[in-house]
Amino acid sequence: MAEVEETLKRIQGQNGVQGIIIVNSEGIPVKTTLDNPSTVQYAGLIHQLVMKARSTIRDIDPQNDLTFLRIRSKKNEIMIAPDKDYFLIVIQNPSD
Amino acid sequence: MPRKKPKSAKSSAGSKQKVKGHPDDIVPMVLTSATQELFGCRADEDVTGESPYKLLKKDDIIQDFKTRAKASDFRPVKQIVLDYPEDELLLVFDRDLIYGQSFYLVLTPEAKKRILNVVQSPEPETSEVIKTPEPKPEPNSSLGSEQEIDEESVKETREKLCFKFRLRRKSGTLVCFSDSVTQVTGIPSDPDRRLGITLLQRDCGTQAVSRLQSSTTQTQWTLPKNMSTQYTPRELSSEEQDNILQSDSMKDFCKSVTPRMLYALQQEGIMDVFFDDWKALGTAAKDVDWSGKDFKGLKLYKAFSDQDYTKDKDISSVNWHPTLYGVIAVALTAKRQEQESTTFGAQDSLILFYSFSDPSNAQLLLECPDDIYAFEFCPSDPNIIVGGCKNGKVVLWDISAHVAHLQGTQPVKKVSVNTDTYDLYPKKENKTPAVPYCAVSAIESSHKAPITDVHWLPPTFEVTKTGLPVENKYNISAQVVTCSPDCALMFWDVRVPHRKQNVEQRTLDGVPDTFKHLDHTWKPLFRVSLPKIDTSGVYAPLKFSLANTARTTEAADDGSSKVVPDFRQLRVPSAKTLTALEDVNTKLFIGTESGEMIYTDWKLVKDDAGRLHSAKPLHCFSIHHWLVNTVQLSPFFKDIVLTTGFWNFAIWKEGVTDGPIIKSPRFEKWCTAGCWSLSRPAIFFIGKEDGSIEVWNLLENTNEPAQVHTLVTNAEITCIKPWTASPKQHFLAVTDALGMLHVLEIPKALCVPSWNESLRVKKVFESAEERLKDLVRCMELLKNEQKEAEEPKKKAEADELFKPLTSEEEHNNHLKLEESILRGLGLWPSTANTQDA
Repeated sequence: MAEVEETLKRIQGQNGVQGIIIVNSEGIPVKTTLDNPSTVQYAGLIHQLVMKARSTIRDIDPQNDLTFLRIRSKKNEIMIAPDKDYFLIVIQNPSD
Repeated sequence: MPRKKPKSAKSSAGSKQKVKGHPDDIVPMVLTSATQELFGCRADEDVTGESPYKLLKKDDIIQDFKTRAKASDFRPVKQIVLDYPEDELLLVFDRDLIYGQSFYLVLTPEAKKRILNVVQSPEPETSEVIKTPEPKPEPNSSLGSEQEIDEESVKETREKLCFKFRLRRKSGTLVCFSDSVTQVTGIPSDPDRRLGITLLQRDCGTQAVSRLQSSTTQTQWTLPKNMSTQYTPRELSSEEQDNILQSDSMKDFCKSVTPRMLYALQQEGIMDVFFDDWKALGTAAKDVDWSGKDFKGLKLYKAFSDQDYTKDKDISSVNWHPTLYGVIAVALTAKRQEQESTTFGAQDSLILFYSFSDPSNAQLLLECPDDIYAFEFCPSDPNIIVGGCKNGKVVLWDISAHVAHLQGTQPVKKVSVNTDTYDLYPKKENKTPAVPYCAVSAIESSHKAPITDVHWLPPTFEVTKTGLPVENKYNISAQVVTCSPDCALMFWDVRVPHRKQNVEQRTLDGVPDTFKHLDHTWKPLFRVSLPKIDTSGVYAPLKFSLANTARTTEAADDGSSKVVPDFRQLRVPSAKTLTALEDVNTKLFIGTESGEMIYTDWKLVKDDAGRLHSAKPLHCFSIHHWLVNTVQLSPFFKDIVLTTGFWNFAIWKEGVTDGPIIKSPRFEKWCTAGCWSLSRPAIFFIGKEDGSIEVWNLLENTNEPAQVHTLVTNAEITCIKPWTASPKQHFLAVTDALGMLHVLEIPKALCVPSWNESLRVKKVFESAEERLKDLVRCMELLKNEQKEAEEPKKKAEADELFKPLTSEEEHNNHLKLEESILRGLGLWPSTANTQDA
């Protein structure tokens, strides 16, 4: 628990961070700093995207694996760090 | 012929036997025709050359003897006949009279036979059938039939066997013989192979059956499909969440993921990875041509001249058509030297229209009553053109009838009907259509000197008879300002006058009646005279420019309505109905004959007597020492004016009353025309008398031109007008004193404004203004110093003469004197500072 809190605090400390979500492998959010509807929406959509991205990478080269996914949009940037069981989603507003 | 043989044999013998010419056993005879008939041996009938033989019966002959005893022909041979052994005698018809007579009788049977045989033997060749040889019995040749006979025949192969049986029985009893019944098994016949027929081919019928056959049925079963789904996301309960969060895998996850995430976040914070600085830098310079192939100078695009009309003519004014692409109008005037020598009305004065599509033929001619020195297209309706004549009259044209013809020369427009008809009648093509002028001003109210400048008032306002600016209800330009060296500016209105006289004007054929109401009766609205500031007299204006009259209200933009005004219908509105406008800038910049620049207000003011007259000009500067060629307001800045005189040019700013903010150095060659560039605020063009064009760039240098293009034309340049045909094509129309019009293409470098150009030019002007102010201040101070230096000196002298002074007073006076002297000499320490400034 403490580890998780510490991680969240560190990430939150960066400038421009709008929200953090930790999602398990099924796409169910485990820990979040946003409100529930947004969390659920982000989790569901991004989970699908991560699965797709990961399968793409592995189809091309089975030895390869997805390590980081970054989606930059007009208004903000979504960063996803997948892992074995969970993945971490951070939404940031770029400073410039 | 068998007879011949004997004959030949006999002929040799016959010669010997002359007495008898015949053999012994034949007797030639003569048979009478009766005898012939009797015996059926008529000559050539029954017996002929071919079948001369006739067998006569002896009995018949004997009969004949008896009947015709002495008359019978056979009498000589009677005895022979009677002795003849046989029955028949041969009578031969001797056709050829071989033996002397026509018949001869054969006496002996041997001879008969002999003759008959001899006669008959050659004959079987022709008449008789081939005799079959008598069948001789041949020995029987065996052909194998005996074998068959033997086989078929039944022969005893062996002797008959005889069996004797002895029966031990009682003798005498009956013996009966009977058959015994035995079982005879039939011996089946062996199927004879040789007799069997093998079946090699048998026809049998087939039917094609498709392998696949589709058939449909209809069932009651319906496909279950979700109409809508409603779902809620799965959520973990709080305990589960806590469990997970505390699990080790979560800890490991956090440990591994955090550095990555932090790195990305920090990177994001530092810089924007997706922004390409180099690219952003390059977009501004995209238009710059790095290859250097573009020509930096002015390129000659086309040169126009029409041999029929431009010979020995000078061009006084040039104008681009405001809407049509590539249509330029030039006003031709007779050359200045020839003015005295020309006969009356010898040459027509014309305005030619050229089009880009045909550089050597004018497309349209406008007839003028006299040489035109200035003309302009109406901003609201490009078909209306106003011009100022040499005799001081103002002329109006309406070319709406010929616009289609002009448009037919457009490069992209579709061919109008007019050009089709021109193709059918080629002779018409040679004649350029000429438009006569619609209206000319009344001679008593026109200028007394050539009109040198004409401008339309912008559609933002109009003026009344009293010189007040009022609002322009229809937002069309309907008023014209003209100026002339007869020291007056006149304001004219092209609409029907308010109180129109009902004088029927006779319209000539072919003249559009747009301005019928004005023809020969046109009077100006009012006159503005230019009294001199310092002295009495008036200025003689040559060129003028209206100060910027754009109004801040929105009506100014809406005013450019697309409705083309019909000047026949428009009337000058009554002055009472229109509201006066206060915010219109009614100032003018005027360049005069003697090189002065006047800044004046054209609004008429009331003097003490209540009469309206023109106010005195506000400012006047004598900069150009001779005729002023050009006065032009900058298209970018509302208060910057460019003026060119023969020796120099100057740039003025409205409001700066001390003089021009930029003044050029004196030129060696006269400067005959000038104009601002339409796209770049810092560029303007100056045309010189030797046919060269100078391009001046205010940002670079104000002392010398940025580019000089010599020999643009062969004579002095009379007029320059730029035009932006398209964002890519900028043209400069240059006319010269030989009647040629050159259209130059302005290179991109001179068209496209550089970065923040207007701001920078503004700064240049401001700095120039500052410099001017400083200069003026210095001049003033210098003047003041000189003045003051003189006064105290006078005062001190006066005091000395009249009053004996105490020593202290003397000392003070002395000091004062010292001070004043030193001031006058300029050695006083405090004045030295101001003088250096």
